[in-house]
Amino acid sequence: MLSRMAGCLYWMARNMERAENTARLLDVSLQMSLLHATSQDDLLVPLDVTGSTTDFLRHHHTPTPQAVLHYLALDSENPGSIYNCMRNARENAHVVRVKITAEMWEQVNGTWLEMREWQRRGLDTGSASSFLEWVRERSHLFRGAGYGTMLRNDTFHFSRLGTFIERADNTARILNVKTKQISDNEPVAENILDYYQWAALLRSVSGFEAYRDIYRDSITPEQVAELLILRQDMPRSLRACFGEINKVLARIEGQSGRAARRLASEIQARLTYSSIEDIFADGLQQTLDSLIDDINRLGSTIHHSYLETA
Amino acid sequence: MHQITPLDHTHYDEMLAGGQNIRPSYQRFASWLDQALPAWLHHKQAEADTLFRKIGITFAVYGDESGSERLIPFDTIPRIISATEWKTLEAGCIQRVTALNRFLHDIYHGQDILKAGIIPPEQILTNAGYQLAMQGIDLPRQVYAHIAGVDIIRHNDGGFYVLEDNLRTPSGVSYMLENRKMMMRLFPELFASHDITPVEHYPDLLLDTLRSVAPAEVDKPTVVVLTPGQYNSAYFEHAFLASQMGVELVEGQDLFVKNGHVYMRTTAGPQRVDVIYRRIDDAFLDPLAFHAGSMLGVPGLMSVYREGRVTVCNAVGTGVADDKSIYPYVPDMIRFYLGEEPILHNVPTWQLRKPEDLAYVLDHLPELVVKEVHGAGGYGMLVGPAASQTEIEAYRLRILADPANFIAQPTLSLSTCPTFVDAGIAPRHIDLRPFVLSGKKVQLVAGGLTRVALREGSLVVNSSQGGGTKDTWILKEDITC
Repeated sequence: MLSRMAGCLYWMARNMERAENTARLLDVSLQMSLLHATSQDDLLVPLDVTGSTTDFLRHHHTPTPQAVLHYLALDSENPGSIYNCMRNARENAHVVRVKITAEMWEQVNGTWLEMREWQRRGLDTGSASSFLEWVRERSHLFRGAGYGTMLRNDTFHFSRLGTFIERADNTARILNVKTKQISDNEPVAENILDYYQWAALLRSVSGFEAYRDIYRDSITPEQVAELLILRQDMPRSLRACFGEINKVLARIEGQSGRAARRLASEIQARLTYSSIEDIFADGLQQTLDSLIDDINRLGSTIHHSYLETA
Repeated sequence: MHQITPLDHTHYDEMLAGGQNIRPSYQRFASWLDQALPAWLHHKQAEADTLFRKIGITFAVYGDESGSERLIPFDTIPRIISATEWKTLEAGCIQRVTALNRFLHDIYHGQDILKAGIIPPEQILTNAGYQLAMQGIDLPRQVYAHIAGVDIIRHNDGGFYVLEDNLRTPSGVSYMLENRKMMMRLFPELFASHDITPVEHYPDLLLDTLRSVAPAEVDKPTVVVLTPGQYNSAYFEHAFLASQMGVELVEGQDLFVKNGHVYMRTTAGPQRVDVIYRRIDDAFLDPLAFHAGSMLGVPGLMSVYREGRVTVCNAVGTGVADDKSIYPYVPDMIRFYLGEEPILHNVPTWQLRKPEDLAYVLDHLPELVVKEVHGAGGYGMLVGPAASQTEIEAYRLRILADPANFIAQPTLSLSTCPTFVDAGIAPRHIDLRPFVLSGKKVQLVAGGLTRVALREGSLVVNSSQGGGTKDTWILKEDITC
């Protein structure tokens, strides 16, 4: 496949996945901010995770729910807004519409047309949840249309690669930000706030029911971290994402991807053969920082191996 | 020169003879239309718009800041052509394109037609479309215009006339295919009651044509479509054709030249390319040979091409044959190369480089259509009867500044076809562009793109000027009543 096309497929999927993740984060943060309206911390979480706190504060004095919502959902000036993610996804899809199935294209294009309507109408905290739900649904549809209609060739593989790199990155980042936020809390015994923080984190990755199902226990940091880092059966966990990444990399045609395959396998091996005790012994924060670095490095290696070939 | 009955304001209508009697080809359609409720038809028309938007069949309009993407309006009333009429059109197109390819080969080799005094040499050798770099280069099967779009109109005498030949990068075939798909989706019952020749195999014929002109030593040629990119007005079509043929859609940056061959950059490393169906102009193909600043092309492509290790379709330098100043000579080319009389007529054309033609045209500007020799897309032309006195005088000055840059033609009475408009159904002017493929043989699918001028009385059918399209039906058998 043309390197440029592979790049567009990869970024189409990454942008759609990023839109979904941002929507999930926003949804939970807005709910959390209702719980204790005096604190701004919860509203800062989605900004921290998407790395846009500085840019946000440059334009807005205080992170009000309305301002954060607009900035992350609709703001065309914010390169990471859901609006721009969907625009990027659509622009990339436009380039590769010869490659993707008609259903997939119609889905991406239709999403973009509706997105413009949402932006035109504007959002308030009342309409936010139906918008955020819509974003999640469109992302599910995107993956579903792709999974259900695409030939299992490199077109499919590069699109899947984008989805899972982005998802791994997001899971690692959200866990990282939450871990920092919670460790900054006053060390009070049985901090009720912590409970809500961890529960919110779980909900943002659709992991609340999964947690209950697997652990049948109250929420503990160790178990949340285990679920989101090491559990193979949790679809948004790092290990599950890397399982998919490795599978996909192995199937891409040609020999140009050796470096990317090696790096992804190394990360996968670490996730497979670590226990949550090991991770806490090394420090959760340190482990997450180095995982985020690894994911970034894998991203550049993929670019170098496949997307910028001479 | 074939005489055309002067414009008399009674247009030939494709459906109605003499304004009331339904022509045989439209009989079944007309009785279907009679039964259909207006509200239902409007609903169907709206459905078509929604579907086209959803599929993303849009085009970019140059110089339009606000709406960089627009739909080409689609009209649901088909243009129907009888089997007999099509036989003439088909034979005429094949004859014409065959002669044009012979002409191009001749111009870039022995130049017999110049030696025979049929065309003045300066008309060719100083023509902007003439590429000296092509002189003496032998092309596979001696084909230059692999894909040709012949623009045809029907005058009020009922006859077909060729308005122009498009031999560089003719576009519109994707609309021919998508319009048919849309009509079958909206009105399946019409396809059951009419025996309509299919057009869906066009991409297969195109791929066969492109493969058949690959460099001789290549066994399984790799074909690509070269596009200027997604901001080009016809990008949808480039993507569509690549996808339908199952070949890569490349941009200049995807290709490079190494060791005398052209390669594309792929995720599995460089892959050799044998045939390039390019949809960019000659001038942008290779920054080393033409425009040094072009980012669209492939440095070194021309040297590989000249050595015959890659085929470029259409060939470089075809512009010399579809120039409006060369158009008047096409009937003579047919006689010269094929020894036949032209099946399709030319529109009589005044060449303003000739003093006597210039004098006549300047005296009759309000009746004539004046075009730039190198113009395309309906830009920069004067439609005399529709122009104001001021516009005519301004255009007169442009002509006088450089008469050789213009040709003039009588204002033709393009035939009309019933079309959906706000007020209901009304006649609108149409033309026809069939697509002729030249490779192992010269052929065309039975159909083409019918363009319709949606503004009342307008004769300009170009999509960039408010034109729309219709599905074009070629009946397998004539309907006799």
